[in-house]
Amino acid sequence: MKLTSIEQDMLDGKYGQATKKSMEILTALGEIYGAKRMIPVTSVQIAGVSYANLGEPGLDWLAQMAKDGRVRVLTTLNPAGMDLENWRALGISPEFAKNQARVIDAFAKMGIITTCTCTPYLVGNLPHYGENIAWAESSAVCFANSVIGAKTNREGGPSALAAALTGCTPEYGYHLDENRQAHVAFHVKKEVRGTAQFSTLGKVLGDLLDSKVEWTIPYLSGISRATTDELKALCASIATFGGTALFHIEGITPNKTEIPKETHTVTEKDLEKAEKELNDEDAIIDFVSIGCPHASLHEIRQLVKLVEGKHVAKETWITTARPTKSVADRMGYTTIIEAAGIKFACDTCCVVAPIKGRFTGLCTDSAKGCYYGRGRNNFQTKHCSLEECIEEALTK
Amino acid sequence: MTITLKGRKIAPGSASGEALATSQGLSFFGGVDPETGIVVEKDHELEGKSITGKVLIFPRGKGSTVGSYVLYQLAKTGKGPVAIINKECETIVAVGCIISNIPAVDKVPIEKIKSGQKVRVDATQGLVELL
Repeated sequence: MKLTSIEQDMLDGKYGQATKKSMEILTALGEIYGAKRMIPVTSVQIAGVSYANLGEPGLDWLAQMAKDGRVRVLTTLNPAGMDLENWRALGISPEFAKNQARVIDAFAKMGIITTCTCTPYLVGNLPHYGENIAWAESSAVCFANSVIGAKTNREGGPSALAAALTGCTPEYGYHLDENRQAHVAFHVKKEVRGTAQFSTLGKVLGDLLDSKVEWTIPYLSGISRATTDELKALCASIATFGGTALFHIEGITPNKTEIPKETHTVTEKDLEKAEKELNDEDAIIDFVSIGCPHASLHEIRQLVKLVEGKHVAKETWITTARPTKSVADRMGYTTIIEAAGIKFACDTCCVVAPIKGRFTGLCTDSAKGCYYGRGRNNFQTKHCSLEECIEEALTK
Repeated sequence: MTITLKGRKIAPGSASGEALATSQGLSFFGGVDPETGIVVEKDHELEGKSITGKVLIFPRGKGSTVGSYVLYQLAKTGKGPVAIINKECETIVAVGCIISNIPAVDKVPIEKIKSGQKVRVDATQGLVELL
């Protein structure tokens, strides 16, 4: 790999220990994956924030990096294990809160903007078409590559941090146009509407893509329109079930690609089968969670219409980014939602919060929420539309 | 007779140990208990087995981008594998091995290695020896 003189100086330790360690990680990756050089990145999203996932060793590593590491580009942060302000109301222990605050402090010290959201593109970290970036968070990686047309690999937490501290990433994988071409086409024969249905479609496609190693990037047709919220749901789901970092949708996404000859169809039956798999029979629901990925203002407004003047009978969370909630506060949405007994959980979500053992059954419109609810927290799951989730929450 | 397999260096170093092999992908986040080193993914071939001190062999990593930190946590508490061999190593496992100093090699015909076999990994040279 050929390094510029500044990159070489970083590797030699002339810019401090954290920068040196970062450059060691990036050059090692570059050599493994055959990169010829480093390229500058202009935006980073970092994952690995919840203390529940980092543990003390992970926090030690971050604290080491924070001694002299400072970000060189716009860098934002994934959700933490709790609402940083309102954690008590959500049943988080003071000990966990103390440790989570240490994690956030380490990131802040490095100059990372502690947005604590999985939807950086909704709160000020919005790259443009063709921009080289280094993002972790599988749903955001997929959204950036597919919907925006920016270019990023699926970074792990430490490699994203390394890109932030050096301002560069090795040029391989999704940064190269020849690696962004579709391999297989799927024609969706059933009209899909709403975030829940788009997340079910993501599971169908993700499972299909996971079954064949040579199918990495799909080209989708038959989807006549999709809102940003629906695409956000599709990205989270297809990345969860298929590890997918990039897809193309005819008439909707901006990337150029050859259309693959091999075409498969996705039928109503496929969607029904996936829907069935997301729903546990006889699930006893005692927890309803909306906002995976983090809810947009539009989704919060929809929620207001559904709950105004009513009151939930079950523990119900809406997870979102704090800046989004500030606008909801101004518009009076928060007052209406909280009067209905629903709790705002900013900065966190039901995937990374330490809630194992607190509930038995989760109801959500997110297929990703179902996957991690089962795997990490042993919950039974019910997957349905936003309207049906609220109906479930209102029912005793 | 010693059989030598040639692969690609992911993270340098060398180690020997007993092989623990699976033909299924592995997610360290959610799939392995970071405190005990025991595989907890439901219905996984290795469910209930400990990866501690083993030469861990699986085709490729999968799942969340947080997996690198789980590997780091395991290594720091002495619960990690002594080496990792993959068919195709993805970024998340690669970074985990690099920051945790776990020797790792990929592009090896892993189906030739069986659980319980003694294996020596010279990751710096990209070599795996079946003893």
